[in-house]
Amino acid sequence: MENQYAIEMLHITKKFPGIIANDDITLKLRKGEIHALLGENGAGKSTLMSVLFGLYQPEEGEIHKDGVKADIRNPNDANELGIGMVHQHFKLVECFTVLDNIILGVEPCKGGFLNKEVAREKVMALSDKYGLHVDPDARIEDITVGMQQRTEILKMLYRDNEILIFDEPTAVLTPQEIEELMQIMKNLVKEGKSILFISHKLNEIMEVADRCTVLRKGKYVGTVDVKNSSKEELSRMMVGRDVDFTVHKKALAPGEVILDVENLTVESKMHRNNAVKNVSFQVRSGEIVCIAGIDGNGQTELVYGLTGLEGLKEGKISLCGKDITRASIRKRSASGMSHIPEDRHKHGLVLDYSLEDNMVLQRYFEPRFVDKAGFLKRKEIRAYANNLIEQYDVRSGQGPITMARSMSGGNQQKAIVAREIDKDPQLLVAVQPTRGLDVGAIEYIHKQLVAQRDAGRGVLLVSLELDEVMSVPDRILVMYEGEIVGELDPKKTTVEELGLYMAGAKKEGRKA
Amino acid sequence: MKTQKEPFLKKKWVQSLIASLFCVVLGLLIGYIVLLFINPKGAWDAIGTVVKNFFTYPNPKVALKYFGSTLVKTAPLLMCALSIQFAYKVGLFNIGAAGQYVVGAGACLYMALAWDLPWWICLLGAMAAGAVLGSISGLLKSYCNVNEVISGIMLNWISLYTVNMILSNVKESASPYTYQLASFNPSALIPSMGLGKLFSNNQYVTIAVPLAILMAVVIKIIQDKTLFGYELKATGFSKSAAKYCGMKENRNIILTLAIAGALAGMGAALLFLTGYEQWQCTQSSVPAMGFNGIAATFLGGLSPIGTVIASYFIQHITSGGAYVDKTMYSSQISDLISALIIYLCGFVLFLKYFMNSRIAKREEKASAAAKAAEAASEKESIEPKDVDPNEKGGEE
Amino acid sequence: MTLLLQYTLIFASVLVLVALGGCFSEHSGVINLGLEGIMVMGALGGALAMKYMSADTSSFIMIVVVILAAILVGMIYASLLAVACVNFKADQTIVGTALNMLATAGATVIVKAINTAENPDNVSSTMQYVGAKRAFLVNIDGFEFNWFMLVAVLALLAAAVTLYKTRFGLRLMACGEHPQAADSVGINVYKMRWAGVLISGALGGLGGIVYITAGVSEWKFENGVAGFGFLALAVMIFGQWKPGRIALAALLFGLFRALSNVYAGFGFLTALNIPGSVYNMMPYIISLVVLAFTSRKSRAPKSEGIPYDKGQR
Repeated sequence: MENQYAIEMLHITKKFPGIIANDDITLKLRKGEIHALLGENGAGKSTLMSVLFGLYQPEEGEIHKDGVKADIRNPNDANELGIGMVHQHFKLVECFTVLDNIILGVEPCKGGFLNKEVAREKVMALSDKYGLHVDPDARIEDITVGMQQRTEILKMLYRDNEILIFDEPTAVLTPQEIEELMQIMKNLVKEGKSILFISHKLNEIMEVADRCTVLRKGKYVGTVDVKNSSKEELSRMMVGRDVDFTVHKKALAPGEVILDVENLTVESKMHRNNAVKNVSFQVRSGEIVCIAGIDGNGQTELVYGLTGLEGLKEGKISLCGKDITRASIRKRSASGMSHIPEDRHKHGLVLDYSLEDNMVLQRYFEPRFVDKAGFLKRKEIRAYANNLIEQYDVRSGQGPITMARSMSGGNQQKAIVAREIDKDPQLLVAVQPTRGLDVGAIEYIHKQLVAQRDAGRGVLLVSLELDEVMSVPDRILVMYEGEIVGELDPKKTTVEELGLYMAGAKKEGRKA
Repeated sequence: MKTQKEPFLKKKWVQSLIASLFCVVLGLLIGYIVLLFINPKGAWDAIGTVVKNFFTYPNPKVALKYFGSTLVKTAPLLMCALSIQFAYKVGLFNIGAAGQYVVGAGACLYMALAWDLPWWICLLGAMAAGAVLGSISGLLKSYCNVNEVISGIMLNWISLYTVNMILSNVKESASPYTYQLASFNPSALIPSMGLGKLFSNNQYVTIAVPLAILMAVVIKIIQDKTLFGYELKATGFSKSAAKYCGMKENRNIILTLAIAGALAGMGAALLFLTGYEQWQCTQSSVPAMGFNGIAATFLGGLSPIGTVIASYFIQHITSGGAYVDKTMYSSQISDLISALIIYLCGFVLFLKYFMNSRIAKREEKASAAAKAAEAASEKESIEPKDVDPNEKGGEE
Repeated sequence: MTLLLQYTLIFASVLVLVALGGCFSEHSGVINLGLEGIMVMGALGGALAMKYMSADTSSFIMIVVVILAAILVGMIYASLLAVACVNFKADQTIVGTALNMLATAGATVIVKAINTAENPDNVSSTMQYVGAKRAFLVNIDGFEFNWFMLVAVLALLAAAVTLYKTRFGLRLMACGEHPQAADSVGINVYKMRWAGVLISGALGGLGGIVYITAGVSEWKFENGVAGFGFLALAVMIFGQWKPGRIALAALLFGLFRALSNVYAGFGFLTALNIPGSVYNMMPYIISLVVLAFTSRKSRAPKSEGIPYDKGQR
């Protein structure tokens, strides 16, 4: 009988200094199937795929292609074996055109010069065949995330890849676009391609995958037929225990207005289309308001405008009745605004500072931590940091003197949450606070947000995760192309309706 | 977690020291090889002369005097090095220290010779001039996004031509040199306070030397102990995080370069106000002091105290270069060695990484062995460890 | 006026060559602050070639040999930058600065050694090449055409074609913009960065020899090239890393540089009675002003200055 496996990864072990990212993992991809690879953030999925794609060399184990041992030392080798990958963070050169990105690395040449006409024809043919609409002459920086993803898929097809790896492809898409992608994946399989689909979203796996391999903390848990399995079983395999996805909170009791935003307009530095346009909303005490939407629709700029990282073009912001439109970042912070930033490495932490120095990042200037001559009170800082570390269970190698850089993502985030909540804010702005964290840490962060709400604070949550948007907040505001296009009640709405708003297909004539 | 005593080799200053020694030895070695190529006969003597500097004088009294002279020139070098170190901690490469040094020299000499002002006012004037030049770089960096290295170089040349022009008003008519301070305005000479006597009556050894060392200590304290230092270092490590927590990024950049400029300007005053050198108004290249400061900064492992030692070393070999046999080699052999040392300092990060990964590997082996022994005796449960395996620093 | 044009063109040629060198290096992702040093070394290579070629060599051979020597020495010297910044991930600013200082010191040591070997009393770092220099010049009706002007134009065309029309150019720019993307499609980022730096070495070295033969017949190596490498970087930034615009920027800067050589020939300029130093300063002042206005929106290659580490994703 002919070998039924396109790819076999056998007993793969990949170590990094201090951690074993993949520990004896076996994964077998059948020809013509969609095989899901499920695991939490940090379970080792991306590492495993990078091994398959030749970006990493494993310490142990081997890879077989069509039953023959293959030696994949770099992406070129992978490409020659017909393996292609859509990376979670797109590998596209922003200032190049779609066409240039597709041909990069396999450029057709004539007499030493690029021959883009040949390439264009092939790309257009592929685009038609699989229904992947792109504009080959548009620059990547000017097109939507969806089209960028189609470019990535065309990159694989252009190289005649047979085995397609999709690394968390749905994270940046609307529910409708996700639906579309699922259809594309099914089409591809019909045309004889084999697909590895990396995800931590159970719904998608249930819908599209034939089989599913589960990883947990770098180890192989098992492989199941999706048809004979259930969401509950998969989630148990992924997390290692039963997970309660519901968020418990007290009955809603909104009080006075904490944050009042009127006609906010923020210019964007990156794009023409994702600046914030004339946005108005309120956050009251005792409620969690969530800004939902596809990445890049102005959420980042909205938060920058709110927190003062970016200047406003127009509009007015009031915090607890006080006008803070022109206030500095420090002033806003002192007036009761806390900010859990989107990018904890870029903004949230000084990675080369110790944990204790990071703990006082928002209040090092208070008389409590600095004397009149300008000298830091090191003892006070240590005591304060130790207190927070204990209270919020922040784990690290050497306690307060651990370098922030060397801490795990979850604990870094815990440290930021501790710092921001301990400021006892009136308003907590939390931007994608659970990004890249495992289930335990996610539950923890959600609990902290709800605790703030229950304590009568206002919480503004910005999230891209549909599950989070549906379960945590009391109100959802959907942003599309810099505007708030709808206000939804998470208890009454559905994912489909939310998706229509996120994609800009539905719009309310609302004025808050 | 257990707190263990840090192994000796893991200590930061030990690693810096090893790295610096590595740079010095390799730099000298390559310098020696260059000399071999030029003329194999005298190479060993020549490199020996560079390293010996004032020890070439057999008479200890004379040697002591020239040791004093080396110290006199170490002071300005140290100030330039501190200027670069101070800016580097904030993530800025102050190559403009050379120009700030030039305007410092221009300011203090002009104030001393044209206006007959006492030394301490001239010193302050030099600092102010350096600070102004530094803040121009700072303004350009923070408001116009001009790379401080490029603006620094441009300002170096602009300063040189300007200072040449200005000091031409206070120069002797027959030579390109400015007037002698000692005869023209002795009050502008930095007081020796008896220090010169310690060095076989070397009149140029003044309180400039301890003053420079004092500045190193002050900078160390500012950086490590104060609120200002906390902000500056945070800005240097992560501009975006500094902005996020409300630090005034632009203000800090300008202030940093102004202070760095003041330090370099002060360096010039500490040399020219001793009367050891006069300004040559026809100079066609920017004085090397500011650039040698770069060597001292990096060789000093970017710590103010290390910089003191490194500055002395760089000046030591620079002065030593003057003693090589001119019929075979040129004194620039010392510049060559300093430049080599800077180049090699570029590899320091890699070297430290290499040392750390060696240590880590050894530790891992040791702990693996310990664990294996434990496992054998206890039979561990197969439950996965309570560590997020792939999470270090967040998965991208 | 002819003289002004002549000097403008020759200095513009230098700036074009060196700025293109910077352009290739930066498009590959390496900031080359060592261009100044590379120029010195290229100049040294060319000058040595002129010195040791016999005076009766034909002009053509002289030109070719001098150019090749400058390019070769420039490339060898640039590989010091490549090895440190590409393979050992060293700080590009430090290494570039070190190369600048090393070049001046090294060239001085070498030239002085040569001079003293010939004549023990000669301890200067000056090298003369009056005779050999004639090979580069063609006198057209009072205008001294320099073959290097043609070389610069050819280099400009070649650079534009290479960057925008060839596979190599596309890959090179991908490495400077998004090395991870380049790596993921099987492009060897290290190799491309080496290539970028070596090309910048070749062009920088060539620029060096053009610079020291522009207008003078001897060069004092102790002085290096007086910040010209950095002027070229300013030209590159003003030219937004694009060959066409670099050429225009180079003409502008070349004009100001030329003024300092020939202002004495203009009645109205001498009448202003401005000291010569001011003219000497002009190019630097102009570049600062220009940079102040253009840097804010500059579109530098996104990943320039960041060492590429295969291990990091």
